[in-house]
Amino acid sequence: MQKTFKIVDEDGIHARPATALVNTATKFKGTEAFAEAKGKKVTLKSILGVLSLGLEAGDTLTLITEGAEEAEALSALQDVMVKEGLGEINE
Amino acid sequence: MSKISGIAASAGIAVARAFILEHPDYTITKTAVSDVEAELVKLQDALDKSKGELQAIKERTLAELGEKKAEIFESHLLILEDPELISPVMDKIREEAVNADYALNEVASQFVSMFENMKSAYLQERAADMRDVTKRVLNHLLGIHYISPAEISEEVIVIAQDLTPSDTAQLNRNFVKGFTTNIGGRTSHSAIMARSLEIPAVVGTKNVLSLVKAGDLVIVDGLSGDVLINPSEAEVAEYKTKQEAYDLQIAEWKKLRDEATVSADGKHVELAANIGTPNDVTGVIENGGEGVGLYRTEFLYMGRDKLPSEEVQYNAYRTVLENMKGKPVVVRTLDIGGDKELPYLELPKEMNPFLGFRAIRLCLDRQDIFRTQLRALLRASAHGDLRIMFPMIATLGEFRAARDLLLEEKAKLREEGKEVSDNIQLGIMVEIPSTAVLADQFAKEVDFFSIGTNDLIQYTMAADRMNEQVSYLYQPYNPAILRLVKIVIDAAHAEGKWTGMCGEMAGDSTAIPLLLGLGLDEFSMSATSILPARSQISKLSAAEMKEMAAKALQLGTAEEVAALVQSSVK
Repeated sequence: MQKTFKIVDEDGIHARPATALVNTATKFKGTEAFAEAKGKKVTLKSILGVLSLGLEAGDTLTLITEGAEEAEALSALQDVMVKEGLGEINE
Repeated sequence: MSKISGIAASAGIAVARAFILEHPDYTITKTAVSDVEAELVKLQDALDKSKGELQAIKERTLAELGEKKAEIFESHLLILEDPELISPVMDKIREEAVNADYALNEVASQFVSMFENMKSAYLQERAADMRDVTKRVLNHLLGIHYISPAEISEEVIVIAQDLTPSDTAQLNRNFVKGFTTNIGGRTSHSAIMARSLEIPAVVGTKNVLSLVKAGDLVIVDGLSGDVLINPSEAEVAEYKTKQEAYDLQIAEWKKLRDEATVSADGKHVELAANIGTPNDVTGVIENGGEGVGLYRTEFLYMGRDKLPSEEVQYNAYRTVLENMKGKPVVVRTLDIGGDKELPYLELPKEMNPFLGFRAIRLCLDRQDIFRTQLRALLRASAHGDLRIMFPMIATLGEFRAARDLLLEEKAKLREEGKEVSDNIQLGIMVEIPSTAVLADQFAKEVDFFSIGTNDLIQYTMAADRMNEQVSYLYQPYNPAILRLVKIVIDAAHAEGKWTGMCGEMAGDSTAIPLLLGLGLDEFSMSATSILPARSQISKLSAAEMKEMAAKALQLGTAEEVAALVQSSVK
């Protein structure tokens, strides 16, 4: 499953929201979670991976989940994105 | 004695002996290991110890400085658990049969250079976090006993190349009186931490570390950015006096943070702050601002390659309103054009940009831009006390046209079922003399005025404020300016409306007594000027200032006005 977001926060994805995303993804043990942006795909279970995307305001980010709890994981990640004021859903 | 200068990063003055905080030598040599498993155990052990330390630092920071400051250590903990870091290190140890410190350093360096090469300044600074975390683990792997700043037990000034986030978090406020570093800027971690710990700091001195020896007497002046090394007795005395005066003043200002602004004879005025981004709200609250008197929305439009969407703007306005918790927020609509350029608008160069196609003139022409901003503002109005003001209004016709566009967008949003407040005050900036002169007519239709003194002065005196050769004409105390200010305030009051001021003049200690006397209702200034202004106003009698202002209006020159204020206010 996947969902695409547009980063609206002026600071892009910085350390605090990245930490929240990684903590959330890590909770779903049997489910893989990835972030894809600018032609690069990284695991969402790595803060260095997420920061390495260098996401800034205006960039598009796709969150991908695969596995037993993919729907729950994706919805939890979406909540983080919204709660941290990170992205608007890019339909 | 020698004196050097750096960047004043955290206000205050400190005088104490130097403590040189030097980071240990992390020279790492690649060695072949025979027992790979033992090396992996060693790595795991170092990681566990480091995590234990970070957990403790995180908790202490949480308790002493709050959640926000502790977040950085949460990120450090996550880095030490990051499979993208740890797996390659373990692979390297296994596959190349090398020492753990070498493997860790190699992998971590790749991440450091990755961050250093990033576009965003924020992400570039994360390289420091990566180094910080790596060093922590290396201390355990290399058996380095590093004397941390936490172990300091006498009054000192810490001298360092740079302070890492964990160095700063370990500084004990009771002993560390100040610090100064070779590198860093106002927004580096160490500077931000220093301000929240309220430790005077000067950063970016380039060479303080090579000039100071352990035990030297050092003065750190976090107000001016000066560092004095082995000062004379007279200098120490001078700075001690300065320090005491500053400490006294801070203590006095702090008491006023949650107080209303009231003159000695009981007249209340409002002290608000000028902001440029939602992040500035923290400073407004910390400095006891009673509102935001000017939110410059230009920053939303600058530093990007296209116009900000309604959503981006809505989020910014909403954040400011929510964080101000019901206190008034005056948002100025886009004031761009002329000297403030937006390359993506491709506006033609002008001979006389200050008198040209800018601000409301541009917005009334480019309605697509203006309507998007108005919609974002109207939607945000549901989240606080929003006030909207239009910049550079020269005629009533311009105000009416802008107001009509606002009302149209409001009706549309209502039709779309969006929530919009019914209590949005609508005002104008008074910065063009024609508007000041005709204020009585404007006052019938607007809810408030906000006097923009920088432009009002330059237009009244016909003197470009960017031109050094005519800078003597920038005269806030010129009776001509004061008379215009009085016309505007009186016109507003006659219609039961209020007048604010959001130019530099509103926070100026010579202008404040005059403005109080002229009856100004709201003073909007940089956040750090609020407490000094509140303190000043609390000592002034509004009735006496009224008499003084009346005399000032009858004087001939700015110098005479300044002299009158000096002699009346003691």
